[in-house]
Amino acid sequence: MTTTDPLLAVAGLTVRFRLPDAVVHAVTDLHLDIRPGELVAVVGESGCGKSVLAHALLGLLPRNATVTGRALLRTDSAGSRSGSAGSRGGSALARGGDGAAPVDLLACPPRQLARQVRGRVVGLVPQSPATSLTPVRTGRRLLVETLRAHGHTGADAPVAADRLAVDVGLDPADLDRYPHELSGGMAQRLATALALAPDPPLLLADEPTTGLDRPLVDHTLDLLRRRCDAGAAVLLITHDLAAAQRVADTVAVMYASRIVEHAPTEALFEAPGHPYSAALLDALPQRAFRPVPGHPPMLTDLPAGCAFAARCDRATPACRVQPAFTGIRAGQVACHHPLERAELCAEVPA
Amino acid sequence: MTGRALAACQVSASYGSQRVLDRVDLHIAAGETVGLSGPSGSGKSTLARLLALLHRPDSGHVSLDGAAVTGTRHQVPVAMRTRVAILFQSPRAATDPRLTLAEIIAEPLRATGTPAEQARERTAELADTVGLTTDLLTRRPHAVSDGQLQRACLARALVHRPAYLLCDEATAMLDASTQAHVAAVIGEYQRRHSAGVLVISHDAALLARWADRVVDLS
Repeated sequence: MTTTDPLLAVAGLTVRFRLPDAVVHAVTDLHLDIRPGELVAVVGESGCGKSVLAHALLGLLPRNATVTGRALLRTDSAGSRSGSAGSRGGSALARGGDGAAPVDLLACPPRQLARQVRGRVVGLVPQSPATSLTPVRTGRRLLVETLRAHGHTGADAPVAADRLAVDVGLDPADLDRYPHELSGGMAQRLATALALAPDPPLLLADEPTTGLDRPLVDHTLDLLRRRCDAGAAVLLITHDLAAAQRVADTVAVMYASRIVEHAPTEALFEAPGHPYSAALLDALPQRAFRPVPGHPPMLTDLPAGCAFAARCDRATPACRVQPAFTGIRAGQVACHHPLERAELCAEVPA
Repeated sequence: MTGRALAACQVSASYGSQRVLDRVDLHIAAGETVGLSGPSGSGKSTLARLLALLHRPDSGHVSLDGAAVTGTRHQVPVAMRTRVAILFQSPRAATDPRLTLAEIIAEPLRATGTPAEQARERTAELADTVGLTTDLLTRRPHAVSDGQLQRACLARALVHRPAYLLCDEATAMLDASTQAHVAAVIGEYQRRHSAGVLVISHDAALLARWADRVVDLS
């Protein structure tokens, strides 16, 4: 891990969806820093708010969403990486010169987000490629178009497209197919190639390995890891704990709209601090293969205090109060009665 | 081969000129859990569809408890068809978005003419088995998570008490906890009814844990 300043600093991110008869608490008071060269995984059960996090950062939430908090994206580093892969795209926000003020993604005007941020500085590997690929263009046209828009010359773009296809594990010949002619896994790889094409300094990968078989899952994960090692920051959102374990530097465990624990990957898998993290790991087939007892609460009807208390065998009356937690840095646990390791980590200065 | 079993005997299958299965044998005995692995495109799903009597083999046949099955889908007698159930990878693609979860679970009962009152009881019983609350049963697929919808699909698969259950990557898109829960529900059903189970997965750890033996189709 690096010790540089964060590329993205999310502070107090809260997302609510207004429904006719309820309010969905999708993300609550979320703090997360990501540094260049760092791969942070966000894991949790389905419906815990993981994907909403990515969409909030990109300004892609529907109109009934209310977003509060800050997500400061440093823009100077974006410019400094622009030469690395023959792309100018990364410098879009830094044209005012180095040391430009950070951009708050949550307060950014939609026009600026669309023209200068999305794709260029913050890339998204979407969860369902079938709904994010233009159906009337071949993969090659989509990819070449994207590459040209991000600084590749007319002659160079097709070559770069083939190279990207190989990078993500697609046969370049398959680029000549239309999206409906691709299998789910092939469409996923094409979507990944499109996200990587502008070489964004920050990449949000929302379940990037859905529908892929294990060798391709590993291939895609290693590809993300290499982007990180080349200086990019990656936020990997996944339900696949094995995926997080394979490539992440740190893992944030999300439960019922909150991050409950954020720890270095090895520490989390060896000795989770939050009872929920421990229960989730116990569900793995390599371990006890035992489901987390009970059911997750509805996001429209969260209890006061710790949302996991009802399923937790360590719960006491103290759990009726929300545990203090600002887990910006790895090693913190949002729990009144954490397991062993947390006590050790609590002494590490944040 | 003797005793109760679902078996593919020397089956071949192809899509157009693309041959995906070439004289394959697979035997699932009652009470047994067989894992099936293999790379993408090796024919795992096609084999499951053959065994579920949804796809006609080019040659060879499927045998159900010793009797060779002729034809597919509606050509097979209902009493035979309902002995084999299949659970697919994507519950979204396997459910009618216009139906509530309760209607989805009860659909096979309606198809076989079960009286409404009896169907309601059976639906409630199954919803409880797979861990769906009453509140969820009145919702439609768009208002529930993948995990909840897959539980409904599992309930639907078990509604006729099949002797064989085929799970085609049925837990691949589920989180670890939901996966373990679905596996536990299937395990409990299997013990109670001495059912044969086929588990298709790319996840070697899952197969090692869940299956009695693993067949590699590569």
